[in-house]
Amino acid sequence: MKAMHEKLIFEHSAPGRSAEAQYPQVPVEAPIPAALRRAGAPLLPEVSELQAVRHFTRLSQLNFSIDTHFYPLGSCTMKYNPKACNQYAMLPELLNRHPLAPESTGQGILQILYELQEMLKEVTGMRGVSLTPMAGAQGEFAGVAMIRAYHKARKDLARVEIIVPDAAHGTNPATATMCGCTVKEIPTLPNGDIDLDSLRAAVGPQTAGIMLTNPSTIGVFERHIDDLRRIVHEAGGLLYYDGANLNAILGKVRPGDMGFDVIHMNLHKTFSTPHGGGGPGSGAVGVSERLLPFMPVPIVGSDGDRYRWLDEKDLPQTIGRLSGFMGNTGVLLRAYIYMRMLGRDGMQRVSEFATLNSNYLAARLRAAGFELAYPERRASHEFIVTLRREAHEWGTNAMDFAKRLLDYGFHAPTTYFPLLVPECLLIEPTETESKEELDAFVDAMIAIRREAETEPDKLKGAPWTLPVRRLDDVRAAKQLDLTWKAA
Amino acid sequence: MPFIPHTEDDIRTMLEAIGAPDIDALFDEIPANLRAPGLPGVPPALNEMEVGRLLAGFATRDGRPLNFIGAGAYEHHIPSAVWAIVTRGEFYSAYTPYQAEASQGTLQLLYEYQTMMASLTALDISNASLYDGASGLAEACLMAVRANRKSKSQRILLPAALNPTYRDVVQVIAGNQNIAFELLPYDQKGGQTLVSALEPYSGQDITAVVLQQPNFFGTLEDADAATDWAHANNALLIGVVNPTSLAVLKPPGQWGRLGADIAVGDGQPLGVPLSSGGPYFGFMATRTEHVRQMPGRIIGRTLDLDGKPGFTLTLQAREQHIRRSKATSNICTNQGLLVTAATIYMSLLGARGLAQVAGTSMQRTQQLVDALTRVPGVRLAFDRPRFHEAVLLLDRPVKPVLEALARRGIVGGADISARYPSLGNALLVCATETRTLADIDTYAQALAETMRNSAAAA
Repeated sequence: MKAMHEKLIFEHSAPGRSAEAQYPQVPVEAPIPAALRRAGAPLLPEVSELQAVRHFTRLSQLNFSIDTHFYPLGSCTMKYNPKACNQYAMLPELLNRHPLAPESTGQGILQILYELQEMLKEVTGMRGVSLTPMAGAQGEFAGVAMIRAYHKARKDLARVEIIVPDAAHGTNPATATMCGCTVKEIPTLPNGDIDLDSLRAAVGPQTAGIMLTNPSTIGVFERHIDDLRRIVHEAGGLLYYDGANLNAILGKVRPGDMGFDVIHMNLHKTFSTPHGGGGPGSGAVGVSERLLPFMPVPIVGSDGDRYRWLDEKDLPQTIGRLSGFMGNTGVLLRAYIYMRMLGRDGMQRVSEFATLNSNYLAARLRAAGFELAYPERRASHEFIVTLRREAHEWGTNAMDFAKRLLDYGFHAPTTYFPLLVPECLLIEPTETESKEELDAFVDAMIAIRREAETEPDKLKGAPWTLPVRRLDDVRAAKQLDLTWKAA
Repeated sequence: MPFIPHTEDDIRTMLEAIGAPDIDALFDEIPANLRAPGLPGVPPALNEMEVGRLLAGFATRDGRPLNFIGAGAYEHHIPSAVWAIVTRGEFYSAYTPYQAEASQGTLQLLYEYQTMMASLTALDISNASLYDGASGLAEACLMAVRANRKSKSQRILLPAALNPTYRDVVQVIAGNQNIAFELLPYDQKGGQTLVSALEPYSGQDITAVVLQQPNFFGTLEDADAATDWAHANNALLIGVVNPTSLAVLKPPGQWGRLGADIAVGDGQPLGVPLSSGGPYFGFMATRTEHVRQMPGRIIGRTLDLDGKPGFTLTLQAREQHIRRSKATSNICTNQGLLVTAATIYMSLLGARGLAQVAGTSMQRTQQLVDALTRVPGVRLAFDRPRFHEAVLLLDRPVKPVLEALARRGIVGGADISARYPSLGNALLVCATETRTLADIDTYAQALAETMRNSAAAA
């Protein structure tokens, strides 16, 4: 029997209780001058070990997850996370190594990271890879910072504008701002390609670069990538590849071969490291020849059979450091294990079966009467359904469908993104789902559509069977309750 | 096919439904001249048994040396229950709780975490995490510029006794937005930031002052004086703190007359393994008045359609997916799983357990300092009260000594000579509750022999 509700941990507390096996019992009085001493104990739980274990186990049961549910969250690549990746990344020697321990005591881990860099270079077709960014957005930051550093090194100081398609992920414009750049949006054509005329009009001596996802966030491959690259490069700008959708093209086409100058990869998407309820991610970056000197440090180098960290002394033009040590090493380990288990053929199968699943799901939903946003295009690893007709005719919008899907035991697809398609669901099944699972999802969508027509309140009131019903987000933002207070 | 469930029949049926002759046809929108000829540079696949053997080999090569480094990452006991629960698929393989009703477990846990961190820092509110302590401080500096509306200068004072890598990261992340960072010197005798160094800035427009407590040397700072100076000069005070220390040290919210404005730090000591540098997580807490300037995910408690309490992501209007180029930060994915570990860790230890860990670590470090400074050629750098780290000065370069110790299975500390040339041959050491008196003795003997041998060699 699964938990449906769980008290707050603080409501399990009783004064004086604690998990005494977990800390030194010899009483110590910390020798702290009175003026620097804490007044009053912090509000931490007072529970037994079993109470804590039961509480957090029950909380876990309130979640949907890949291990328990189909999770077709578009642009997030919610594929199976093989258990071996976690088990072997948590070997005690790897887990207990201090990041500043001498390199002589870390040749094993350094070799792993070096080989990971090499494999990612091969997969992306880039000339150099730095593993240090801690998430996709930090990889983006590193990428745009390198573009800026490149122009600055050439004394090309006017180049501060980043071009972003209107369908781009929100992190793209936010990143450009963090790097001190301005943002220029260009439109997407009705067929899903970027409007090259607008691009031609947008580029100029102020152009630092363009940030692109390919396949794009609307789930189609940018067919005119060659022209696009030429326009941007001829104007003196660089091309940034947002690797959020790398799963779609693994082994089929490489960003380096498409002419991109810099790419970030979301290892927690394409290379199956866990999403962890919102991180940790890992946003390794790859660069073309001209950006090699600017890569973020540290990077693993090899002097024959010895491995060592390359730092500011080796790359004097580096954009610098992005984290306290060397990024999310434990995540990198999991990506390494995953890549070794897939091998060169398995990696190609990733894009093949992700694309097969996506196109199959799109074809079946279309046959069932759902409207695809780009019906004349080949789906990549994801595709968009627009529910504008359902919204118009029955008043049931994309959010209603999403919430009702939860009742049917499916995590909802991404809703209302990209912003330019009305009432949209962005659906990404990934390669690890079986045909049976996809068919069951189609059945649920058909059943929900029937409900929308006959009993729309079933959608508008959904979900009905989860730990909570639809939550009042306006109240959450207006009557802020961000911490528990004892009554 | 590893991790792919399709049978030949499935593939045939699916291609028929699509109306494509084969899988390759699904890539027909990619221009032919760009198609890759496969990935010959990637090695062939290994099965789970083989990959296990491979990883065990790497791990064995690295071994398990006895560690005495801190310098921003601390080896503490992690209760078995922590990672047994964290690696449950329901936490491990879920994503950012966009669908709140299907993510109440993660959301409630994050609300509990926010409560614990707010209380530990003695501030009003906490976010749901940032990447790590260093990048968290960069975000705090950017936040201070937004939050301090009285200041126009974008000038922020950083102590030289702040973790030098944090200084580097802050410069990289916040440096592109025209923020000027100026350095506050430390006292060569005590190792604490000189509050008198703030005096020349009195009356000037300063956006924020950063103070690390304990500082990079392990020395305890006069946080009250620095906080009061900042507020008297219309600057915000950003405290960089070690969460373990907050069980016993005055927390940022109690600094000075008004308390610090923002507290940040690395949450790694709370149940997160050293793991060669990450993943860790950054925490950030502040006063309610600054909540809309805070970066990162924030969880709120609200009511559902039936009036029942539940949890959801809130104040999303600050974030990149809504505000795009005007967002408070580009952060999206943060470090949820590590926060899960920290929340379970804090629940198991409680205030008493955390204070015992802090107190025992202080005691062990004192014992380590006593043992190592008895070795000829080793002396203590600073005489002020400290937490669980100390700087030792050697009569010779540190690096060869550390290498000799490493050959004996001891990771003897962090060589900070290059970052602090005025100190000379400086070694930063740390002992937590995980080091025994026997460990300390082993280190002291090995150091004595190493020093003797290298003296003899010289």
